[in-house]
Amino acid sequence: MSGVDLTQPLRRKRVRAPAPSPAQQPWQRLRHWAGRHALLQPLAALALLLLVAGISVPGFFALELKDGHLYGSLIDILNRAAPLMLAAMGLTLVIATRGIDVSVGAVVAIAGTVAATLVLAQAPLWQALCAALGAALVCGVWNGLLVAGLGLQPIIATLILMVAGRGLAQLCADGQILTVYSPASFFVLGGGYLLGLPVALFVVAAVFIATQLLLRRTALGLFIQAVGINPVAARLAGLRTTALIFLAYVFCSLCAGLAGLMIASNIKSADANNAGLLLELDAILAVTLGGGSLAGGRFSLAGSLVGALIIQTLSYTIYSLGVPPEVNMVVKAIVVFAVCISQSTAFRSKGQP
Amino acid sequence: MKPAQAVLELTGIHKSFPGVKALSDAGLRLYPGEVHTLMGQNGAGKSSLIKVLTGLYTPERGEIRLDGRIVRPRSTREAQALGISTVYQEVNLCPNLSVAENIFIGRHPRRWGRIDWPAMEGQAAALLADMELTLDVRAPLHSLPLSLQQMVAIARALSTQARVLILDEPTSSLDEAAVQSLFALLRRLRAQGMAILFVTHFLDQTYAISDRITVMRQGEREGEYPCSALSRLALVNKMVGAPAPEPGADLSTERGSTAPPPAPPAASPQERGEAWLQARGLGRRGALQPLDLDLHRGEVLGLCGLLGSGRTETARLLFGADPADSGSLSVAGQRLRLRSPRDAIAAGIAFCSEDRKHEGAILALSVRENIVLALQARAGLRRVLSAAQERELAEGFVRSLGIKTASIDTPIGLLSGGNQQKALLARWLATDPALLILDEPTRGIDVRAKEEIMDHVTALSRRPDGQGMAVLFISSELPEVLRCSDQLLVLRDRRASGEYRRGSLDERSVLAVIAGTDATAPPAALHTPAALELAA
Repeated sequence: MSGVDLTQPLRRKRVRAPAPSPAQQPWQRLRHWAGRHALLQPLAALALLLLVAGISVPGFFALELKDGHLYGSLIDILNRAAPLMLAAMGLTLVIATRGIDVSVGAVVAIAGTVAATLVLAQAPLWQALCAALGAALVCGVWNGLLVAGLGLQPIIATLILMVAGRGLAQLCADGQILTVYSPASFFVLGGGYLLGLPVALFVVAAVFIATQLLLRRTALGLFIQAVGINPVAARLAGLRTTALIFLAYVFCSLCAGLAGLMIASNIKSADANNAGLLLELDAILAVTLGGGSLAGGRFSLAGSLVGALIIQTLSYTIYSLGVPPEVNMVVKAIVVFAVCISQSTAFRSKGQP
Repeated sequence: MKPAQAVLELTGIHKSFPGVKALSDAGLRLYPGEVHTLMGQNGAGKSSLIKVLTGLYTPERGEIRLDGRIVRPRSTREAQALGISTVYQEVNLCPNLSVAENIFIGRHPRRWGRIDWPAMEGQAAALLADMELTLDVRAPLHSLPLSLQQMVAIARALSTQARVLILDEPTSSLDEAAVQSLFALLRRLRAQGMAILFVTHFLDQTYAISDRITVMRQGEREGEYPCSALSRLALVNKMVGAPAPEPGADLSTERGSTAPPPAPPAASPQERGEAWLQARGLGRRGALQPLDLDLHRGEVLGLCGLLGSGRTETARLLFGADPADSGSLSVAGQRLRLRSPRDAIAAGIAFCSEDRKHEGAILALSVRENIVLALQARAGLRRVLSAAQERELAEGFVRSLGIKTASIDTPIGLLSGGNQQKALLARWLATDPALLILDEPTRGIDVRAKEEIMDHVTALSRRPDGQGMAVLFISSELPEVLRCSDQLLVLRDRRASGEYRRGSLDERSVLAVIAGTDATAPPAALHTPAALELAA
């Protein structure tokens, strides 16, 4: 009996012996390489989606220059994805700390309404923009205090603002949709063009580069990952875990505020009821599609941007094909399902030999 | 020996996890009609062995014989069907269900496909009556005190026609009276021929109830002893791995063969000067009785005591991981208030936790990131090292500590336990601390890595210029502590119980203090000036 037991591990070892040299198995080598380049998977998904869109939607890749502005489906997708990309970048850091922020859409509504209210009250544009971002900052501080300060469950803590925030915005707008007619400079952020490209893209790029520099040039990226992976060990290593988590929520709300301004500027009005409705869910999806782990730790700012583009391309393609919008939800659901399945460790280990 | 055949016999059990050998050649024999205590320190493999018995772990090698027949339980259910029942440390019953339901959950007596309530309640009452308990079997479990809930758990274990009853630290949440009634029950069960395996770390209880004792150490069966033939002192000896003391023998010479000759202390007591860190009356309610502690640069203070004696609590207070609620600390002559680990790190204190996985390693981060983390955290957000310097630092430690890793960019979670431990040691050495607190730095790692880590600890403190680190070394392994330490503090029941200087070490009294057998005797060990000062 024990003789059989003894030989088993030995035999297994013999079979496994050649496996470590990856050159013999191109598939494994590819997987190994892909594992080191985390951005590859979302980029491949985006490329595949663009290919499908290119085949099924005529003239999808066509770009034309009209009045010094670039037009085309691709530009359209980028432009429309801009608020989502901002929100996704903010959520990326929150999720990296093991948190979640479901109040993103509410902050979008608050920021848009505050800006529109002030502009309609003839305040200078810069004051309106600052006030809107200030309101977003307050929202972030509130979330941060609840989560980091009081230790509430992130989803419950931010649920408060999700519900209350939209109500506050509606109170502020007196239940009306605030339509802005002037000044024209208000429409630059969401509808203007610079060097032939939408201004919104430059804003997204600026936020991305600034955040990326902050994360990589300083130790912030390392700290956020450490807190997300193991908060107890991070505290014992001397990190200010509370402050880091707090800052993530503040950053997330600021991004959402900027997205709210962009949306208000684009639709030339502030709609407290519908602006940014369920944006947080798309943003969470974008983070996940981009390779961020909802369990915290692993994150990729660039990946989240790609994730946002995947979502927008998906919606755009479905609409272009004339499929009813209800189906969009189903398709999104299928994509989410596929992503979650591919992230599940149980599923992955089944794929191993 | 026993004439009867062992009802349960485990031999040559091996079980390992990546980087850790949980059990190597472990064994156990249980006879019908005995209470057998399984003893060992934290991490000695007691719970792993029980998990093998109850089918939660499948051993790589070894066999389990029940009545001489080889069995391989693959789940708790199978183990139960074989007659091996377990009562776990934390009562794992359903508080909202009735007593009878809890006893028969999953095995309700049925009648025409429906639960036969009268039969179930009748059987439950009969079972409890056998245990000399009268309870309302229809009462919800949560209405009972914890001790009775524990009894219900035992009743449940017995209802499965158990022949072997395993009690995993059943007394840890019971008061004295409840323990006595539990013991009375165990004695009756013993008389009925039940084989009872009792796991505990309370020495008093072991001696009150057991017939025989199996001691485990480092995943192995250290030995099996009739309770009456094993003194408390000898038992503690065996648990902590000290050499068996010959009565009256000089222990410090006996140790000489295995350990290198003790290096001379950095300075004699007269020239030690002011302690780098002085704790006075440092304590925390429920964790540690106020204690005084002096840590000198260039010296290793060993902290020993059994599980729950307050070792880790002391370390956490000194590091600011838990706030102290009494006493004061001064570092290099300055009064220091620790509100968080950050404060302690800023003052030059480093702490390697005993819980490597939860409180040390950040598993998904690379070896390099884990090593620079504390240094970078102390500096704040601004990068203190360039990418190249970071690599150089990490590679330097990988070389000097002999960390076995594919590269410094490998996630630390892929390393073996010993190498993770070395990387965490590197994390703290990178901060160049004045005081290094090592809590069980050698737990769960292989012998070679143990030796290496201890050599490093010794080398760190012994610097010729007298500016070596102060080290607080905590270990369950007495030989390790004795080998490293210049000074020894023994904790028992969350209070300081004895202090020794190297040279005046008397291992037997150390063991006596650990075991608590000197409780009435005056502290004979406290005969050095330093110790007397503390005792005053």
